Amino acid sequence: MSGSRPGRVVIVGASLAGLRGAESLRRMGFTGSLTIVGDEPHEPYDRPPLSKAALTDWVPPEHTGLPRLADLGDVDWRLGVAATALDRRAREVVLADGTRLPYDRVLVATGVRNRPWPNAEQAALEGVRGIRTREDSRVIRDHLDAGPKRVLVVGAGFTGSEVASICRQRGLPVTVVERAENPLVGPLGGVVGEVAAGLQRAAGVDLRCNVTVEALEGSGGRFRAASLSDGTTVEAGLAVIALGALRNTEWLADSGLACGPLGVSCDPGGRAYAVNGMAVEDVFAAGDVARFPHALYEYEFLALEHWENAVVGAQVAAHNMICDDPDRRAHVSVPAFWSVQFGTNIKSVGVPSLAGQILVTQGSAKQGRFAAAYLDGDRMVAAVTFNHGRYLEYYRHLIERASPAPVPVGEAEGNVAEDARFPDPGAPYEFPPIVVSGRSPTSMEARRVPAGKDQK
Amino acid sequence: MKIVVDLAVCQGYAQCAFLAPDAFRIYGEEALLYDPQPDDELRERVVQAAAACPVQAISVERGQR
Repeated sequence: MSGSRPGRVVIVGASLAGLRGAESLRRMGFTGSLTIVGDEPHEPYDRPPLSKAALTDWVPPEHTGLPRLADLGDVDWRLGVAATALDRRAREVVLADGTRLPYDRVLVATGVRNRPWPNAEQAALEGVRGIRTREDSRVIRDHLDAGPKRVLVVGAGFTGSEVASICRQRGLPVTVVERAENPLVGPLGGVVGEVAAGLQRAAGVDLRCNVTVEALEGSGGRFRAASLSDGTTVEAGLAVIALGALRNTEWLADSGLACGPLGVSCDPGGRAYAVNGMAVEDVFAAGDVARFPHALYEYEFLALEHWENAVVGAQVAAHNMICDDPDRRAHVSVPAFWSVQFGTNIKSVGVPSLAGQILVTQGSAKQGRFAAAYLDGDRMVAAVTFNHGRYLEYYRHLIERASPAPVPVGEAEGNVAEDARFPDPGAPYEFPPIVVSGRSPTSMEARRVPAGKDQK
Repeated sequence: MKIVVDLAVCQGYAQCAFLAPDAFRIYGEEALLYDPQPDDELRERVVQAAAACPVQAISVERGQR
């Protein structure tokens, strides 16, 4: 199958990666049949705004449809029906309604779902909600509009922190409960987490760290209060559960592909691996669900819940699906993500959690305006900026070249590197948005220990 | 109309917020918030904003330019 020869491509997953994959195929001249399967009833929409602008009184959650960047007029959309199996022998995708879709190439882009609150009965209380879909965002926004006496946010990763920020912007009292010592510790480490904690408290968030929620209590089926591990109780009208994500790979359980809770293993070009560690010819993966070895990080397998990764990963996979063999290329772009919270633009490039040390190179961490380099030995593996976004491109170039950190300048002059304070990879925090999982296509353990922490 | 901004690329130049303030807003010092489906009557301004973005971070749905 090549760009000029027709064939059948089935894309499973109708979110950002699925859409961008389909557009790339058409833009590259693929003229065969294209089917997009999505378990949600909607055409592809953008998720990052759902925990930001869509919770303000400005942009409604329903206004997040993604623009089409290519003509997809002849796509066969199968929306509102989940894929339940991949039959590689018959080369068919099986849907929940029994339909079997034959393929020549299939792109797995089924993404992630929220890690649910572990107690199903408590999770079912009205006023207990995670945030992933447009409907989630609408329900939470309506609750915020109703003016609850307090909002409880469980988990202070990016999503939880963004929701807390919106609550304060709306003047609502909010309590954030975080198991770690500070917010954002999983993705950015304890040093930056301390800065994030400062932002939350300065904005009036009741931030409780080193604490867990033991039970969500209701009356008449409505959430009313949460009891915490420190013996206290928080009364609130809404509980937003933000405990990270689980990868949607269960439907592939009988496919013989190397997949599991950390994603679908694939090569750097997006071709899926089978359980025997061999790349499969016809099955590709992209977006949050894909776990691929990254050339910049000694081929550690990374699963990245980043917007940019969905776009680039899908483009690479689409290209490799239809190009001639020598033209295949790898997904090698530097991971990048952003968050907006408490008036602060947080941006990052690289993989912070691979670092042992952090060095603030510009600005002042105490004042919440800075750029910092993450170091594995002498080598910079990532950088983060708080309201210093314009400098990030410079750091990205250095990371691509495996350079050391730049010499701290200005307010940061004289700073020295310190322990970045990442939690042990196996610690039971919310799943971070980058999962680093070793160098084997078939074993999946979050086993890498950052430099300097292996002596414990 | 539908638009999307690649916020990893956006560097907060804020040209869009000057040209189409009903669709693009700067939050805090440098973060961009935007309406992914601005009213059709804003089309001309939004298209101008996309064209004026120094890092070309704004994508407008095909056929709408």
